[in-house]
Amino acid sequence: MAETHSLQDMRQQAAVAAKVFIQRDYSNGTMCQFQTKFPSELETKIDKQQFEETIRTLNNLYAEAEKLGSQSLIEGCLACLTAYTVFLCMETHYEKVLKKIAKYIQEQNDKIYAPRGLLLTDPIERGLRVIEITIYEDRSFSR
Amino acid sequence: MPQGSGSALSNFQVLSFVLMLKWGYMKILLMLCCCSFFIICFYFTSCPFLAQQLTPIIPVLGGALFLFVLGTLLRTSFSDPGVLPRATPDEAADLERQIDVANGTKGYRPPPRTKEVVINGQTVKLKYCFTCKIFRPPRASHCSLCDNCVERFDHHCPWVGNCVGRRNYRFFYMFILSLSFLTIFIFAFVITHIILSSYQKGFLTALKESPVVVCFFSVWSIVGLSGFHTYLISSNQTTNEDIKGSWSSKRGKDNYNPYSSGNIFTNCCVALCGPLPPSLIDRRGFIEADAPQMAPPTNGITMYGATQSQQSHMCDQDQCIQSTKYVLQAATTPLLQQHSSEPVIITSSPENGTSLPARASLTLGGPCSSLPLGQPTPPTSTPSLSCHEATDMLPIHGHALNHTHPLQEQAALHHYLTPEEVPSPPGMLHCGSPLGHSHTVQTSFYNPASQDSLHEDSVRGLVKLSSV
Repeated sequence: MAETHSLQDMRQQAAVAAKVFIQRDYSNGTMCQFQTKFPSELETKIDKQQFEETIRTLNNLYAEAEKLGSQSLIEGCLACLTAYTVFLCMETHYEKVLKKIAKYIQEQNDKIYAPRGLLLTDPIERGLRVIEITIYEDRSFSR
Repeated sequence: MPQGSGSALSNFQVLSFVLMLKWGYMKILLMLCCCSFFIICFYFTSCPFLAQQLTPIIPVLGGALFLFVLGTLLRTSFSDPGVLPRATPDEAADLERQIDVANGTKGYRPPPRTKEVVINGQTVKLKYCFTCKIFRPPRASHCSLCDNCVERFDHHCPWVGNCVGRRNYRFFYMFILSLSFLTIFIFAFVITHIILSSYQKGFLTALKESPVVVCFFSVWSIVGLSGFHTYLISSNQTTNEDIKGSWSSKRGKDNYNPYSSGNIFTNCCVALCGPLPPSLIDRRGFIEADAPQMAPPTNGITMYGATQSQQSHMCDQDQCIQSTKYVLQAATTPLLQQHSSEPVIITSSPENGTSLPARASLTLGGPCSSLPLGQPTPPTSTPSLSCHEATDMLPIHGHALNHTHPLQEQAALHHYLTPEEVPSPPGMLHCGSPLGHSHTVQTSFYNPASQDSLHEDSVRGLVKLSSV
């Protein structure tokens, strides 16, 4: 977390050149999926494969969160029986996966996007509407 | 930020806000009182007799059931139905740009924007919400009372004082199911009481002493409602979709519900035992303080403890105070014009910044529920009726309530409030109005001063801070 903060501080000194928004893909219904279409603004910045890989992994993670598996069913039934008080002590499956997603995004930022002057924002901070990619101006990264 | 006209105005602001809160809470209180009334009647009339004659388990069981009903009611009322936070200014600008590019026009207001998407073979239209500045996900709808887009919008329940959506539908269903069990339970034992005591006292005397008539009507309305929702769950539809007939075969031979899995059991599982997504409005990132146009502070001040402690509280509070001020200023403009004889109850001034946001945080859909856009239960009610009603019976002051109470009595116990979002031609201003839906259309209610952007923004952004 501290690392991200310092990265972000560094970024705040850099100028934001543009923001790209990856919208939701509703072709599978109301499930949380994002469009894998490669935005034109990122063409010079990052490899298309890398980008699609990131988005695809995120989509898979969100699908896992919303999946009606045995675990979520058991959790649901247990919660109902305990009048939902069990969530005071326990995290829901969805929340656990969201944490995983946050970690993954941070990791991706550190390894792939930050060196290219980009920053992925966790979609949960945007109400799961978009993945916001901030493009920073190149000059701040010339070392 | 434009200033109000002085302390007199601010007093009226507070007054209207307090009235909104009070009337909102009245609905929930009324519901609680109704439930409690039956239970109390039951306990005082039938229970002692039945406990003696049959078994003392009866009052215990009744009490337990009542507590469960209360619990689910409170849970439904005070949980976030799945509110979609408004778009950030950057997002909104980006979307506008894309739409402008697509339309090829600039400078005049284009018709309501839609996007088509194919889901499971069905073409679904996604509408652009002018208030929230997003394309609504499928099955989401904008609630004019709560002034938020809600995921998997079912309806706005005035009795519960909250929207029923993706996150609290199961609690709502549990509530009406347990309430129907409770009413049937009470009704059955009231009948038993009458029968048993008629041996001793005579039938008519026994009948007079028990609340059987009230029980009878409430049983039928609640059981009917539960039955209706059971049907909706098994076919994976929302009340909204059912009333509009979105997936009915009457619309076309190929029309089917793309969300239904086809299996009743699976549909029930998904609705009741599926994963519960966390609230989207208590995880907002940093909210810029320079965005007063972005109406309500959708960072939820949660009942169960805020989870956003890492974020900047100061800005959130400022946002909150600002929005509240806007709302109140706008709300009292018509109030001053229309009613000069409102009783003045001065509680606190909005300058007392800390107290007002706290109050704002307790609205929880309360003020929203003070607007009875009554629509009776049968699913065949026309959606256009609700749309018109939405524009006819406008917010925000208690005056409106006096007129609409009789209407409420006539309608069924449970009102379905569909949003103003109905399939409408682009020309229908009040349904897709960029002026903030139904709120500012009624110029007869509001004076021309209401057309300015301040009023627009704040009336649109009636402060609704939902909790988790």
